[in-house]
Amino acid sequence: MIRVVLPHHLRTLAHVGKEIELHVDGPKTLGKVLDALEAQYPVLRGTIRDHLTQQRRPFIRFFASGEDLSLAPADTPLPNAVATGLIPFLIVGAMAGG
Amino acid sequence: MSNIRVLVGTRKGAFIMTSDAKRNRWDISGPHFAGWEIYHLKGSPADPNRLYASQSSGWFGQLIQRSDDGGKTWEAVGNKFIYDGIPGTHQWYDGTQHPWEFKRVWYLEPSLTDQDTVYAGVEDAGLFRSRDGGQTWQEFPGLREAKGNLWQPGAGGMCLHSIIQDPSNPNRMYIAISAAGVFRTDDGGQKWLPANGGLISPYELPDPSAEVGHCVHGIAMHPSRPDVLYMQKHWDVMRSDDAGKSWHEVSGNLPSDFGFPIAVHAHEPETIYVIPIKSDSEHYPPDGKLRVYRSLTGGNEWEALTKGLPQSNCYINVLRSALAVDSLDPCGVYFGTTGGQVYASANAGDSWEPIVRDLPAVLSVEVQTLL
Repeated sequence: MIRVVLPHHLRTLAHVGKEIELHVDGPKTLGKVLDALEAQYPVLRGTIRDHLTQQRRPFIRFFASGEDLSLAPADTPLPNAVATGLIPFLIVGAMAGG
Repeated sequence: MSNIRVLVGTRKGAFIMTSDAKRNRWDISGPHFAGWEIYHLKGSPADPNRLYASQSSGWFGQLIQRSDDGGKTWEAVGNKFIYDGIPGTHQWYDGTQHPWEFKRVWYLEPSLTDQDTVYAGVEDAGLFRSRDGGQTWQEFPGLREAKGNLWQPGAGGMCLHSIIQDPSNPNRMYIAISAAGVFRTDDGGQKWLPANGGLISPYELPDPSAEVGHCVHGIAMHPSRPDVLYMQKHWDVMRSDDAGKSWHEVSGNLPSDFGFPIAVHAHEPETIYVIPIKSDSEHYPPDGKLRVYRSLTGGNEWEALTKGLPQSNCYINVLRSALAVDSLDPCGVYFGTTGGQVYASANAGDSWEPIVRDLPAVLSVEVQTLL
């Protein structure tokens, strides 16, 4: 089970609390977690990744166990502590503005 | 007894204001979609409880929301806006060519006859349609073929911000783009032609009377006279009596012919409203006085409507989609400001009262007259 923390506006949109749990089959990679998230909550499609290119939207960041995976390829394995559900995978709205 | 429902989109959510026909006491609900930009929301003429809303954010992109109960509850529907084929390039601010990129939905226009059909005007400029209540969207690529490579973004982006359906001809529709101009289709959206004859933009274009490239801010039509169109251009208030083939200026005695919105009285096709703004360099009312101008003659002769509006130290703006009318008698007129006020007049503009004063900056105002 992968634990995921969404930013406020996406929690509201998906009608979920701060943290959700996802079942991810096979390798626990960055892309697989996002695939599972969008499959379980279709309303989030297009809000984290571009519909067409599947690229991360510019003001979204992915943090996992103290690492910034925002620029990592989709097949990047998640750190063990996140892959085993010990700590959550963080999807974050980037800092912008003053 | 009729009721009025005012749909207000703001920088930080949507607000819905309802009143009886007296229009002097308002119930306000919202913010809906708090914290999100709501560029536009509009009700279906075929089913007034069917509303569509454009919800967007610089972080999370575009969503479309739909309500089937007049805005009490909402459901997120489809947000996949994919241009048909390879959309190519348009002019960029520096004169180079730039690829078409979807950014947001500026305007939603529900069909006049089918609550599940709705049109969406988007940035970068394109027209989409959904025929399943907003679940899926298909583009009309023929629009971009109307010299799209020469279109360029205005200061707010290259947005398709106005859609008008001809109630007498379901195959005819007008759209307006900043900064490309007005375009018309006569075959339901397959082929589009520029409808900018007579527009002159000496400060914005190297060829002032170019076929495309004009910064049209808003267009309006009265449903009983579908060949008569009114336009607030970047500079100039214009009129066409031949369905957009040719335009002539009707700015007349306005204190400034720069502005954004334009609207037509619900029952008097020659009565029109604009809200002059000092200039494109200073986006606020001339002399710090908020004045709606009304022409009873289809333009050229304008009177200032000031009763109830601030006549000193007012430096707000009124954006292109933030002026609307109801269809009661007397006609109600409504507008929202970047200062967060929504003003209403229950007597065709003779006097005004604020419905609310302290909203986020208002992006759009639409009005439903509920029988």
